[in-house]
Amino acid sequence: MSGAHDSHDAAHHDAAHADHGSTKSYLIGFALSVVLTLASFGVVMSGLVPHDLMMPGIIVFGVAQLVVQLVCFLHMGTSPSQRSNLAIMLFTLLILAIVVVGSLWVLHNMNVNMMHPTSHMMPVE
Amino acid sequence: MSSAAVSVSHGALDDVHGGGVDHHHHDDGSKTLLGFWIYLMSDCLIFSGLFATFAVLCNSTAGGPTGKELFELPYVLGETMLLLISSVTFGMAMLNMHAGHKGKLLAWLAATFVFGAGFIGMEVYEFAKLVHEGAGPSTSAFLSSYFTLVGTHGLHVTCGLIWLVVMMDQMRRFGLNDDTRRRLSCLSLFWHFLDIVWICVFTFVYLRGAI
Repeated sequence: MSGAHDSHDAAHHDAAHADHGSTKSYLIGFALSVVLTLASFGVVMSGLVPHDLMMPGIIVFGVAQLVVQLVCFLHMGTSPSQRSNLAIMLFTLLILAIVVVGSLWVLHNMNVNMMHPTSHMMPVE
Repeated sequence: MSSAAVSVSHGALDDVHGGGVDHHHHDDGSKTLLGFWIYLMSDCLIFSGLFATFAVLCNSTAGGPTGKELFELPYVLGETMLLLISSVTFGMAMLNMHAGHKGKLLAWLAATFVFGAGFIGMEVYEFAKLVHEGAGPSTSAFLSSYFTLVGTHGLHVTCGLIWLVVMMDQMRRFGLNDDTRRRLSCLSLFWHFLDIVWICVFTFVYLRGAI
C-alpha cells in the first residue's frame, strides 16, 4: 500500500517536475531578483543615472523582475498544464491595464479641461 | 477558445492517468489550484484599482509632505529583501514537501514566517513613524491612497502569516497528506503572488515617489 503510494508519488513527481521547479531554479530566480532589485534602487539612489532615464529604468527593471519571479517562483510557462493559468493571467493583465491606464487618462483629461476657480473668476472682475 | 478547450480536456486526461486511479478518484489538487489562481487574479484586480487610485492621487499632497520627503529608500530596500528571502525559503519548503521531508519542510516554513514577520514588523514601524511625524492617512489624498495601497498589501501578508501558522499546526497534527499538500500549494501561490505585488509597490510607490 505505502510502497505503491510512494512509487506513484515518484512517478507523479517526475511527470510534474517542471511545475514544481528545483533548487537551482529557485536560486537562479533569487539571484536575478536580488540583482534586479538592487538595479532598481540603484537607478534612483546612486545619482549616476540622468533624471530623464530614471522612470524608464525602474519600469524596465521592475517588469524584468516580475517576469523572473513569475517564471522561477510561480513556474509560469507555456507547458500544457500551465496554459490555462497563463491565459487567465494575460486576461487579468488586460483588465488591469484598462483600469490603470483608463483611470489615468480620464482623470488627466478632467484635470486639464477643468476650469480653475481663479481663471474663471478673472474675466468677471 | 479552441486552445482553452484543448487544455481543459488535457487536464481531465491527466486526472484519469495521474491521481484519479491510485487515489480512488480523489482530486489531485489541480482544480483547486486553478480555482485559487483565479482568486489570486481577482485579488490582482483589487490591487489594480488601488494602484490606479494611487497613480491618480499621488501628486495631491494638499500642501503636506511629498513622497520624496517621506520615503527612506534604504529602509524600503531592507523590507524588499526580507520579503524576497521569505519567497525563496517558501520555495525551499515546497521542494521539501514534494520530496516528502516533513522536518525540513517545517524548518523552511518557520524560516519563511520569521522573514515575513520581519517584513510586517518593519512596515508597521514605518507606518507608526509616518503617523507620528504628522503624515497620517488623513493628511492628504496622496497619503490616504498610499496607506490604503501599502496597508492592503501588508494585510495580505499578515493573512499569509496566519495561514502559515495554521499550516504548520496542521502539518504537526495530520502530517503530509493530500489535503495538507494541496493547502500548502495554495499558500505557496499566495506568498509568491504577494512578493510580485510588492515589486509593483516598491517600483511605483517608493522609487517613483523618490524621483
